[in-house]
Amino acid sequence: MGVGIEVTNLNAWYGSNHTLQDINLNIPANHATALIGPSGCGKSTFVRCLNRMHETNPIARVTGTVRIGDMDIYNDAQPVEIRRRVGMVFQRPNPFPTMSIYDNVASGLKLNGYKNRRSLDEIVERSLKNSALWDEVKDDLKSKSGASLSGGQQQRLCIARALAVDPEVLLMDEPASALDPVSTSKIEDLIFQLKSQYTIVIVTHNMQQAARVAEKTGFFLNGRMVEFDSTHKIFTNPTDKRTEDYITGRFG
Amino acid sequence: MDHAVTGLAILATTLVVVPLIAIFVYLLLKGASSVNLDFFLKNPVPEGESGGGMANAIAGSGVLLGIASLIGIPIGIGAGIYLAEFGRGTKLANAVRFTADVLNGVPSIVMGLAAYSLIVIPQRHFSALSGGVALGIMMIPTVARTSEEMLLMVPNMIREAALGLGLSNWRAVLSITVRTASPGIITGCMLAFARVAGETAPLIFTALGNAFFSTNPNQPIEALPLQIWVYATGPYEDQHRLAWAGALVLIVLIVLAVSLVRYVTSRGVLKGAS
Repeated sequence: MGVGIEVTNLNAWYGSNHTLQDINLNIPANHATALIGPSGCGKSTFVRCLNRMHETNPIARVTGTVRIGDMDIYNDAQPVEIRRRVGMVFQRPNPFPTMSIYDNVASGLKLNGYKNRRSLDEIVERSLKNSALWDEVKDDLKSKSGASLSGGQQQRLCIARALAVDPEVLLMDEPASALDPVSTSKIEDLIFQLKSQYTIVIVTHNMQQAARVAEKTGFFLNGRMVEFDSTHKIFTNPTDKRTEDYITGRFG
Repeated sequence: MDHAVTGLAILATTLVVVPLIAIFVYLLLKGASSVNLDFFLKNPVPEGESGGGMANAIAGSGVLLGIASLIGIPIGIGAGIYLAEFGRGTKLANAVRFTADVLNGVPSIVMGLAAYSLIVIPQRHFSALSGGVALGIMMIPTVARTSEEMLLMVPNMIREAALGLGLSNWRAVLSITVRTASPGIITGCMLAFARVAGETAPLIFTALGNAFFSTNPNQPIEALPLQIWVYATGPYEDQHRLAWAGALVLIVLIVLAVSLVRYVTSRGVLKGAS
């Protein structure tokens, strides 16, 4: 089951560049939350702070508090532990090219020392079914490389890989931006199904996509969160003038 | 203009291939007639007598290259991993990279002298071990630098995918990044192997040569390039023919070893893997 995320006074830097300023936000459990905003507004940095990927860059720095469920991720836990509870899907599909489809999905468990082969088979099957890829790959699980799939299939494989470690939160950083419209709509259907089991945070450039999949939407601009509300309200009756300008296409 | 540039490129390519083919054909003409079963099964006969073979040199080269690979490949790959993954941008990494490049340029006879003073003098005798160490040290810079280059070619998003799954850094490096770069790393190891397989100079003060069959790492040992050098500079026609045969066998063995490794390591590669 998913858990909620509580962000308090979050600030982030790349070198001397203050990319996130005083973000305060409550992301509800078992819902999809969309983050929109022009390029460079900090929305990708924000999701990377939620699983401590931001700090893998040596010049990056973070202050503030992020609580995921009952865990204060910057004080109570190691990054490795957090990233198992908070899965991530990246902008470009990034399956491990030398691994089979099966090993891609099983990699998170196998490489963390999980040995039970029978239940590994079950987990791989369930994860591929949950990512709507099972029927397309079930005959080539161990004979084909993850890199041999199409772009859209690769992205669903990456989703299966993230689901296999059984996270509570799924972060998606523009998961469909490198995909064609058909693959995009498959990913969106998937998000719709997955949000009953996981808390989903999705960064997107595509406002229709935000409107289609998310109950809540946050608008980021220049490293600040301008507005956070129900998706319906953001797109029909935003409180802030800047949100309205962005939604109606006056900039960005 | 298009035709001119294409023509020049084709000409250059031909010039690359021609010497290789010419050498090989010449070796075949001169040496093939002396390659027979005796060549592989018999040891050299005393000077002036006819017959004999290079069994001792073939086995000796195997022992020397085995020792060299055991030293050069693990140290080289380890250093390459450090340069590309853990030590990126550190002073130590820059110093190691510079040292490796210098080491790569050190004449091979100097490597032999180094192994001579480090191992042969303290032990007071020549040995296969000292020859293997000299060749192993020569392998390190090539293996380290190609491993580094290959690891740097692994896209960063592969590393992020691994970390995003909750793998610890060392796990992500060893099981994901190195595995992704492994075809290139293996090619680097084979290049280094093939290069030292033909080295003569570093063995003169170390392995020394041995007219008898030996696989003992603590004894002087024969090697194909050494034997070729001795026979080719000797006065007897019979020895000249054996030297040609030795050169042919050396090249064929290197090609076989490299192909075998490529075949074995490519068997596990999946459909569509880059």
